Amino acid sequence: MDIFIYGIINSASLVLMALGFTLVYGVSRLPNFAHGALYVLTGYITWLLLNRVGLSYPLSMAISLAATGLIGAAMYQFILVRVRGMAISEIIASYAIGLAILEGLRWGGLKGGTFTLPPFVEGSTLLFGVSVDYQRLIVVVAGVVLVSLLWLFVSGTKLGLGLKGMAQDEQAAMTLGIDSDRMAVVAMAVGSMLAGAAALVLLPLANIIVETGYNVLIMAVAVCIVGGLGSWNGAILAAFIIGFAQILTVVFLGAHYQVVVALIAIIITLIMRPSGLFGRQKELEERV
Amino acid sequence: MSRESLLRVENVSKAFGGVLALSAVDLEVHAGDIVGIIGPNGSGKTTLVNAITGFIKVDHGRVSFKGREITNWKPHKIADMGLTRTFQVMRPYFSLPAFKNLIVPLFSRRARRTGGWRGGGKMGSRDTVAVDILEEIGFERDSYVPYKVASSLPTGYLKRLELARCLALRPELVICDEVFSGLSMSEMASMVPLIEKLQMEGITLIMVEHRLRELFRLANRVVVLNFGCKIAEGTAEEVMGHKEVKEAYFGSEEVLSYV
Amino acid sequence: MTMSVEKGDRRKERLDRGIKVRTDGVYAISSWIEITYLVLPRMALIVGLLALPLVLTHFPYWQRVVSIIGIYALLAIGFDFLANFVGLVSLGGGLYIGVGAYIAALLNSEFGLPTYVTVPAATVLGGALCTMILFPCLPLRGVYFAIVSLMYPLLAGRVIEALNIFGGTDGIIGLDGFSSGWVEQYLLIACVLVALFVLRRMVTEDVGLVFRGVKDNDQAVRASAINITTYKALGVFIAAALGCLGGACLAHIYMWAGISQFALDFSIIPIAATVVGGGGTLVGAVIGCVILVPISEVLRDFGTLRIAVYALILTGFIVFKSEGIMTYATRKYEQTERWVEI
Repeated sequence: MDIFIYGIINSASLVLMALGFTLVYGVSRLPNFAHGALYVLTGYITWLLLNRVGLSYPLSMAISLAATGLIGAAMYQFILVRVRGMAISEIIASYAIGLAILEGLRWGGLKGGTFTLPPFVEGSTLLFGVSVDYQRLIVVVAGVVLVSLLWLFVSGTKLGLGLKGMAQDEQAAMTLGIDSDRMAVVAMAVGSMLAGAAALVLLPLANIIVETGYNVLIMAVAVCIVGGLGSWNGAILAAFIIGFAQILTVVFLGAHYQVVVALIAIIITLIMRPSGLFGRQKELEERV
Repeated sequence: MSRESLLRVENVSKAFGGVLALSAVDLEVHAGDIVGIIGPNGSGKTTLVNAITGFIKVDHGRVSFKGREITNWKPHKIADMGLTRTFQVMRPYFSLPAFKNLIVPLFSRRARRTGGWRGGGKMGSRDTVAVDILEEIGFERDSYVPYKVASSLPTGYLKRLELARCLALRPELVICDEVFSGLSMSEMASMVPLIEKLQMEGITLIMVEHRLRELFRLANRVVVLNFGCKIAEGTAEEVMGHKEVKEAYFGSEEVLSYV
Repeated sequence: MTMSVEKGDRRKERLDRGIKVRTDGVYAISSWIEITYLVLPRMALIVGLLALPLVLTHFPYWQRVVSIIGIYALLAIGFDFLANFVGLVSLGGGLYIGVGAYIAALLNSEFGLPTYVTVPAATVLGGALCTMILFPCLPLRGVYFAIVSLMYPLLAGRVIEALNIFGGTDGIIGLDGFSSGWVEQYLLIACVLVALFVLRRMVTEDVGLVFRGVKDNDQAVRASAINITTYKALGVFIAAALGCLGGACLAHIYMWAGISQFALDFSIIPIAATVVGGGGTLVGAVIGCVILVPISEVLRDFGTLRIAVYALILTGFIVFKSEGIMTYATRKYEQTERWVEI
């Protein structure tokens, strides 16, 4: 039973981590290598506002989410848009920005001491006989809420439908009057905020360290590769597969084998079905 | 003289999402044929070419070449067997001389096996073979045309260059995807004899075309596609007399009566 | 060949310099000036690199830096080649360094093989191993290769740490060093020069055209009966082998192989060096290293701020589509510019 519960919690964490990355890639075919950086950045800004400026927790969270969204949008608007279409330059640019943020934080922000964010609700409860922290429950709830909100946004609102159209076929969407650049900015902003939201929910479970940025990037990418780059459903399914695989590994093999699971998942996917579970990225041959 | 079946396309279908690009298309090409494939825009002509040559995976059906099944093979393996194609949109190495554009196909295993077009057995230096090939298809060696930078060549020469890319592999079948498009009348006048010359060399041709007058002079059989289905097949006269073909291009009888 | 850049009412026109045109044919050898024009840049590079250790005889710290420059240069040449001649972006240079280092370390510590065996062995075996693990992404879009090449070094470090294999966080220690500092430096400089010449030769030969096709027009290359994946794999093997060579040397220089060799320095500096030095020239990558690596060593006290700064410089260069040093220098050397009224 505890495997089941912890499996769900772990999978929910992975979904949260991967959601922003897969949104940005699905809409604008841009692998946002700064994803992990934005994750840690949000946590750091919240911490600053909470501890140095003295704002309340909810207010700090709201401001840092907005800030991250703005930073993501600015990243696209001022830097990435200039290299749009040049695949090599896009990749290098987003990677360099992520690296700059993370290493900059390592040098000038997250050093000398531990940084933590308090959980939303302290304490734990018993769920089907298993002891679970409230914060971990919040993780699962947040996962469900965010996915549902995203689904509603994408299916219901005009802006969201524009994103969906871009994801399916950029050129067709443009002929329908959807501004590709504006959509990309929106996607980056929303994707960044999703990364931030994931950070706010998950960081209270541990310290804020720069390594987390790279770990989050690794897990987000692993989930997206297994699920298929650009597929939201694939990412969710992959998150559950990897999430449960990791928990099973912890229980039967040992905690330190967790990270190996991600590596093996990627390798198996690449060998057997490279475009992922629901990958819409047809292999190169399918391009005409 | 019975001619063996060189290429056989059986019941091939392909859908892109909700769009049925090819629907149960059958085609048989015998050695020495020139088969024309015509049809309005969007009828699936290029999709068929892509399906035959491995650039697209088919949903149903079979493609066989020289008796072997090549359905869904990778493009380079199909080309290695002698089935080549040209591309509608050409992207030669613009900053290089024309003959350098043939180096890549001459690098392939097939070219090395067959010596390229014109070579017999072991291939000489690639540069020499490349210039020879270009001369054969009309690049005047005296005017140093093969050495001209590709960006300075007019369309007619570029189309020939694209054909030469296929010929460098000493193919048995060449699928020409709209080689006549964009040519002036004088360029056309020299392209048609080139096609005839290729046929006399023993190369089988499939020509996807819009310019019907010249095509009908060359092709001994014509296939018409519309909305992914084959709607007619036969000689040029048979096909153009076909009611459905006329409707495909011009619209139904009622519309015609107003024209 | 002329090129022009439009700007308002005037247009910048670029013309080949007279001496460049004169040196295009065989008559270049008829005059000392022309011979010098051709030979000078190349000799400057070769002599400069070879003389570097001698010039720094009294500065052993800087001699060590020269070796490090050599290692980064190998990585940077590999990156430039893969990215600009084959079309694959390899974000995780640390993968090659780490694999090369660990293989050399294992061969040395477990089997006692001497350095002149471990280094070549690590180069070839490491190149093959890296090519194998990157092979599944080759038929896919370029993005996959970039992502996976980034992931592998990040994951490798964590896996080694987690499973505590190959020495775990401590790494493999007690390796043989090179027999002398001179061997160390000249080995690396020689490797860099050889790599430069061999690769430059390769990209101007017919094979280079195939690689260019793989990068720019892969459909046509496929239609020309050539297996794209084979050539991509060949390109990856070359770049990986160069990186593993550097890694093996690094292991023997520090007499240690550890997780940090999968680190980010090896990711960002080759990319930054290539972009700053001029992508697509191969030499530019080396020049970029000669500039960036010493600065990085000097700024070591600032810790990871260096990486952040390099990343920002890199972004700037890419975003503003700067040419890079070698491209700029070549242009100035070969062409003159002037404004022409329209």
